[in-house]
Amino acid sequence: MGLLDAAITKHNVLVTSVDNVLNWARLSSLWPMGFGLACCAIEMMATNASNYDLERFGIFPRSSPRQSDLMIVAGTVTMKMAERVIRLYEQMPEPRYVLSMGSCSNCGGPYWEHGYHVLKGVDRIIPVDVYVPGCPPRPESLIGGLMKVQELIRMEQIGISRADALKKLAEKSIDPQFVIDRERKAATA
Amino acid sequence: MEEGKVLSQSLQQSAAAYVIIHDKFGDALSAFDANETMPFFEVLDTAQWPEIALFMRDHPKLQFNYMACLSGVDYQAEEKVGIVCNIESLGQRNHKLAVKVKCARHGGSIPSVAEVWHTANWHEREAYDMFGMLFTDHPDMRRILCPDDWEGYPLLKDYKVQESYHGIKVPY
Repeated sequence: MGLLDAAITKHNVLVTSVDNVLNWARLSSLWPMGFGLACCAIEMMATNASNYDLERFGIFPRSSPRQSDLMIVAGTVTMKMAERVIRLYEQMPEPRYVLSMGSCSNCGGPYWEHGYHVLKGVDRIIPVDVYVPGCPPRPESLIGGLMKVQELIRMEQIGISRADALKKLAEKSIDPQFVIDRERKAATA
Repeated sequence: MEEGKVLSQSLQQSAAAYVIIHDKFGDALSAFDANETMPFFEVLDTAQWPEIALFMRDHPKLQFNYMACLSGVDYQAEEKVGIVCNIESLGQRNHKLAVKVKCARHGGSIPSVAEVWHTANWHEREAYDMFGMLFTDHPDMRRILCPDDWEGYPLLKDYKVQESYHGIKVPY
């Protein structure tokens, strides 16, 4: 980043790797599939709308799985819907990412014990890259999850698998307490 | 029901409606249960239920033109399942009554009233979906919420969820 902020006058040469350029392009136009399953979808729509304005990150919903990079599973996945979710996932072109939004799609949420009709976690049927906790998560949390997907894309290289990229992402993780303490200190000063 | 002798006005209306139905069908009905929350009677001869329903809808002094709800109930101790229908006369007589109909808990059936009140169509399908009683002469007797090939009826008190559905594990 910072590339576009720099004043680029004529006769300049930029040197970078193909990976970096490709990843930058992909993470700057992350198109999720526009579909919601329950109340989390309301929160997702609020995040898309002008107050939180996902479009500033190049994220805006597409109406077809064939044009989407990212599937936000927003809400309760019923057993009846589970097979449709698999179908939609299979229709998305690779590379594709899955963000599981909210307790229901993470693990069944409040339906974990008596919800006979609810799939107890969407990761039972499709691979999930990022989990966003909450019931429902606030738009800030969802944006945090989307940032995580962008970081994951940034970790990718030609020739390494998704699992390796996720491992690299995990290695780069920062302890949130450290950030909180740092910000608090900066605020009081 | 301390001052039970004085029935409220709405309860009086319900009781009057019951008397008209009882005069026509007699022993097919149970006694009138005059409680303040949901005055009801039970249809003992279930075969007559559609006829009673039609009578309630079309009799000029009854005019029960609106089915507000139809719920399923599991009476496990009696080995029965049943329905509770909340029926009202909306904008006409402004009285209301609840009707209970019961049948055997496994493989039982209740005559459908979907042709009397169209509301009953989907509500009966839901009762079938959740409790397993069949509605004879229903125009479209299929499950409404669960998948068509779902095993068991989820709102029965002794329901156990199936282990897997189309290869996907169901329990937590």
